[in-house]
Amino acid sequence: MANSIDDALRFHADALNLRAFRQELLAANIANADTPGYQARDIDFRKSLQEAMAGRGPSVQLAQTARGHVQPSGAAAAGPGTPLYRNVVQASLDGNTVDMDVERAQFAENAIRYEANLTFINSQLKALLAAIQG
Amino acid sequence: MPISNVFDIAGSALTAQSHRLNTVASNLANADSVAGPDGKPYRAKQVVFSAVPMGEAAASGVRVTGIVEDPSPMKQVHDPRHPLADSKGYVTMPNVNVVEEMVNMISASRSYQNNVEVLNTAKTLLLKTLTLGQ
Repeated sequence: MANSIDDALRFHADALNLRAFRQELLAANIANADTPGYQARDIDFRKSLQEAMAGRGPSVQLAQTARGHVQPSGAAAAGPGTPLYRNVVQASLDGNTVDMDVERAQFAENAIRYEANLTFINSQLKALLAAIQG
Repeated sequence: MPISNVFDIAGSALTAQSHRLNTVASNLANADSVAGPDGKPYRAKQVVFSAVPMGEAAASGVRVTGIVEDPSPMKQVHDPRHPLADSKGYVTMPNVNVVEEMVNMISASRSYQNNVEVLNTAKTLLLKTLTLGQ
């Protein structure tokens, strides 16, 4: 039973983690808007989420120091996606590739989607609670 | 936790931009300072930004790695009655370009505002995450 509750929430939990990671990347882009030579980065959300769901991607391995230790299976071991560099639309002279319009728009979009994810998790929790309490 | 890293990143940008605003203020205030504490005319100062890794390896914040003096030539003003005029009647004035400094000031304040916005968004998201399941 515990596993099925975990399964019910896993998709949104993974998506939430990725959204938070992406929010951090976009914040770094905005913070470095005036840093010479800084290259804006972002993740391919669809690919990262697929990787996270499949349990691939840059994963964290637990140390096995004794017989009987197990590796967590699947998505539990998945880390955040791999950041890629953004394509430059209009390069600036100092080598900075941050386009503030794009970053602000993506940042706002990502924040909304993060909130949407929270709403989904909340309603799932409510449904589970209703099932438990009758 | 990625979202709380946003506070570090945006915070570092706020510090860096206010450093920049400080140097602009210093430059504008001393645009006509013929003699500084060392007896020489004031030289314009500029900040150097660089990206520093923060939190998880992917995202980076900003740090002011140094404040450099503007190497451009000083302004020469003909004013024989000035007490600091040389034998030909020229006074060496600071090499502060007031127009450039104003542009710098506007850019710094806009970047500061952007990062405050980022901070606010991250705060809202984190607060919403804290009330998950209530």
